[in-house]
Amino acid sequence: MIQIEKLTKSYGRFKALDNVSLGFDKGQAVSLLGPNGSGKTTLIKSILGLVIPETGLIKIDGNSISSDCSYRSMIGYMPQIGRYPDNMTIEQVINMIKEIRKDCTVYDDDLIKGLGIDKVKNKSMRNLSGGTRQKVSACLAFLFSPEVLILDEPTAGLDPLSTELLKEKIMSELSKDKLVLMTSHVLSDLEGLTSHIVYLQDGKLMFYKTVVELQDVTGETKLNKVVARMMQYQLPVNDHVL
Amino acid sequence: MRTIIKYVSLDLLRNKTILIYTALLAAISIGVLNMDDNTSKGLLSLMNITLLFVPLISILFATIYFFNSIEFIELLLAQPIKRNKVLLAEYAGLVLSLCAAYAVGVGLPLVILTKQMAALVLVVNGLLLTLSFCGLALLIFVLCKDKTRGIGIAIITALFFSLLFDGLLLTFIYSFSDYPIDKPIVGLVALNPIDLSRILMLLQLDVSVLMGYSGALFKKLLGSTTGSIYAVVCMLFWVAVPLIVSTVKFNKKDL
Repeated sequence: MIQIEKLTKSYGRFKALDNVSLGFDKGQAVSLLGPNGSGKTTLIKSILGLVIPETGLIKIDGNSISSDCSYRSMIGYMPQIGRYPDNMTIEQVINMIKEIRKDCTVYDDDLIKGLGIDKVKNKSMRNLSGGTRQKVSACLAFLFSPEVLILDEPTAGLDPLSTELLKEKIMSELSKDKLVLMTSHVLSDLEGLTSHIVYLQDGKLMFYKTVVELQDVTGETKLNKVVARMMQYQLPVNDHVL
Repeated sequence: MRTIIKYVSLDLLRNKTILIYTALLAAISIGVLNMDDNTSKGLLSLMNITLLFVPLISILFATIYFFNSIEFIELLLAQPIKRNKVLLAEYAGLVLSLCAAYAVGVGLPLVILTKQMAALVLVVNGLLLTLSFCGLALLIFVLCKDKTRGIGIAIITALFFSLLFDGLLLTFIYSFSDYPIDKPIVGLVALNPIDLSRILMLLQLDVSVLMGYSGALFKKLLGSTTGSIYAVVCMLFWVAVPLIVSTVKFNKKDL
């Protein structure tokens, strides 16, 4: 569904993405993992067209994304930091996005109800806590039941109850054969959710494998142990320490 | 696009800075116009206040606003809308509310208290200045990555046009006073929107004492009508060019 071919992007001398090629398909839940500054957000933003890559191609359903912006109606995006105009109320923000997306008339308001956003819809954005803003971002990402969900640190700042709710929602979308791309540093949140793992380091793709494969290779079952073991394989320097 | 303009200006019309700006302009206008029976003098004072404050406040407020809405612009760009539309809609929403502030703060008192043609020219001047300096702010936002640096450049730009430019022009006139520099000066004045708007206003009020060298040259070479038209056309360029450059550059900007 999404094809990424030899994507390279640098900021000055710093290479944020270095010749990355990947392919994602329907029904997959792909986790982008890697240390801070490894290029996860840059990869996500390139798919959304927010970052313009130097070389390489991104195709969605066979069409390159650089020529046309209409492909973005298939994508629901939840940013890492959601900031909205101070004096708008939650309801106004949601209505605005609905008016922009006139092509879509069926709304999925499970999360708006589930996360209790409808109860605080008249609050202005300035007075919201970071967690509530995160909830608004989540609601907007799921509102149009998009084919592709891109979630950048979806659980950062959410309380445990909301995290569980969001995870259940992601699961139910996955069962409808959607593609979910997410990054998170909290591996336990991805446990049981993710089917594939992409590991990036210094802008380079280290591995892209299914969780089952990784469990076989490492002999571990817990996701955080699997990833820790794989990082040791990838970084032989650490063998000296251990 | 209309949706975004609507919501952005609705948001900004409830912004405290804009409300204070409106109230301040209104207080100054009413105060100055009531001070003297001769409204021409009041108009002149208002012109000076406009030339000093409108560019500075427009460019600063707009730059800060654009940099603060980066995440919001990202959210909009994740929707199926073209980049140019998002950028121009943000600009239009901002300009609408700042122009509304000026129109209510200065325009309304002028309509009520004076009956001069020059009053209308002053309002048009203020609105054109708002448009062009917001455009410059947009350009700064598109070209700069960093908010602090952007605000610094905005302050320098405003000071350059309101103070430094005249000094440079004066130096130019003094150093080349032996040569026929009348025409180049009329051309050089076009490089500063604040000077253009001052001359436009003074041509209307016909107070030659205050016109200065460049203003007098303007009148001598072009006459009142042609001079006014020339000034307005140059001002419109100052609105359009930053906008066009911004939209072109924004297509390549990483967010």
